[in-house]
Amino acid sequence: MAEPVLTIEHLTKKYDGQHVLSDVSLQVHKGEVIVIVGPSGSGKSTLLRCINALEEIQSGEIRLGDRQISAGAKDLPEIRQKIGMVFQSYELFPHLTVMNNILLAPTKAQHRAKEEVKTEAMTLLTRVGLADKADSYPRQLSGGQKQRAAIVRALCMHPEILLFDEVTAALDPEMVREVLEVILQLADQKKTMLIVTHEMQFARAVADRIILLDEGKIQDDTTPEEFFEHPKTDLARRFLQSFEYARTNRTIPQ
Amino acid sequence: MQSLGLEVLFKGKNFARLLGGLWAALKISLISIAISMVLGILLGILVGRKNRIAGAVMRCYLEFIHIMPQMVLLFLVFFGTAKAFGWNLSGEVSSIIVFSLWGTAEMSDLVRGAVTSIPVIQHESAMALGLSRVQVYRYVILPQAIRRLIPQSINLITRMIKTTSLVLMIGVVEILKVAQQIIEANRKSSPNAAFGVYLTVFLLYFLLCWPVSLLAKRLEKRWG
Repeated sequence: MAEPVLTIEHLTKKYDGQHVLSDVSLQVHKGEVIVIVGPSGSGKSTLLRCINALEEIQSGEIRLGDRQISAGAKDLPEIRQKIGMVFQSYELFPHLTVMNNILLAPTKAQHRAKEEVKTEAMTLLTRVGLADKADSYPRQLSGGQKQRAAIVRALCMHPEILLFDEVTAALDPEMVREVLEVILQLADQKKTMLIVTHEMQFARAVADRIILLDEGKIQDDTTPEEFFEHPKTDLARRFLQSFEYARTNRTIPQ
Repeated sequence: MQSLGLEVLFKGKNFARLLGGLWAALKISLISIAISMVLGILLGILVGRKNRIAGAVMRCYLEFIHIMPQMVLLFLVFFGTAKAFGWNLSGEVSSIIVFSLWGTAEMSDLVRGAVTSIPVIQHESAMALGLSRVQVYRYVILPQAIRRLIPQSINLITRMIKTTSLVLMIGVVEILKVAQQIIEANRKSSPNAAFGVYLTVFLLYFLLCWPVSLLAKRLEKRWG
């Protein structure tokens, strides 16, 4: 098998002596879509943040291809250019238009020609339905539009892997779909992605692999069919049940 | 009605002298403002990044400047250091030193506040895009911080312009000093000159600071 795009080995992360992630190992291969699920506080977001060194790690190793990622390293900005990240709260830069948000890093960090990036950005904005918003400021957009713009901003860097950190958690329900459909398109284009989400239907549709994280440990690593149809562990079963609702006492009115 | 004493302004070169005094005051404030803005922004960024020692030193400096009346600082620099260090600073240079010390202290505090008010996750999303630390500040954090700074820094600038009226106390011939001289010289012929001349000084200061305030309001609206 080819060299993995991303390798995590025995990763341990502590906050104030408390383990947030313990001994997490994971390989992501080219074109693979991995969805990470788990209860709140299980360490999902922290794992994504460790991958581009927004968090310091206590032990273990993270590599993009064969290059080690470590906080404070000189080549960190250069490695981060190859890791796209989309945040729950969009984090567009409010003082720049959508187009200038997209152009900033490709032109300043990658030193690419402005016109070339602009053409690419327009193509991508059109594909996500935002062609007419290029010159708008973030405050003029809805949550769903902001998030689609943030995805285009990450894509224009040509990352080797994309990290999605609960990207629909802050959205109104009717805007969730427009964002998730963009991610589904990306999966069809064989982008390598690591997705943290609470949308189980979406997880099942988009994932090649599902990882269940709980108390900072990988508890399950399997196909979506296995995970949703035949959950092996108690933990997985309990986790899936938490998305189901039932009334215990219902009398039909006469 | 008695004369307002405005006629003295049209005697000889009196009005031109008054404008010359205004320029002397303005020169001191403009130079000090320029120095304060540059040093204040640099210091504000440095202290905003959690450096304990730099932070403690800056806090002492800020407290000191806050507590000291500007007049005492002027006397300290102009009279005090001349004796202590044996140098001979002109009134203008002393004023520029004092006003820059003051402006830098307040400006750095404003910048620190504005920089820390930008959410950490804005830094993170800029870093996640692969921008270097300097680029993160230059393209993402500072442009946002400066927009938030506009109202208070304009307020500081107008206060600095106004406060230059103190420098007559260390012998700088600025607008207020010129006004006094004119009134003094015409005591006999126009005993009411004080009202007219000081009113003119008031109007000139107003004309100087008002456009600055207007500009601040416009910028605030545009970036709000």
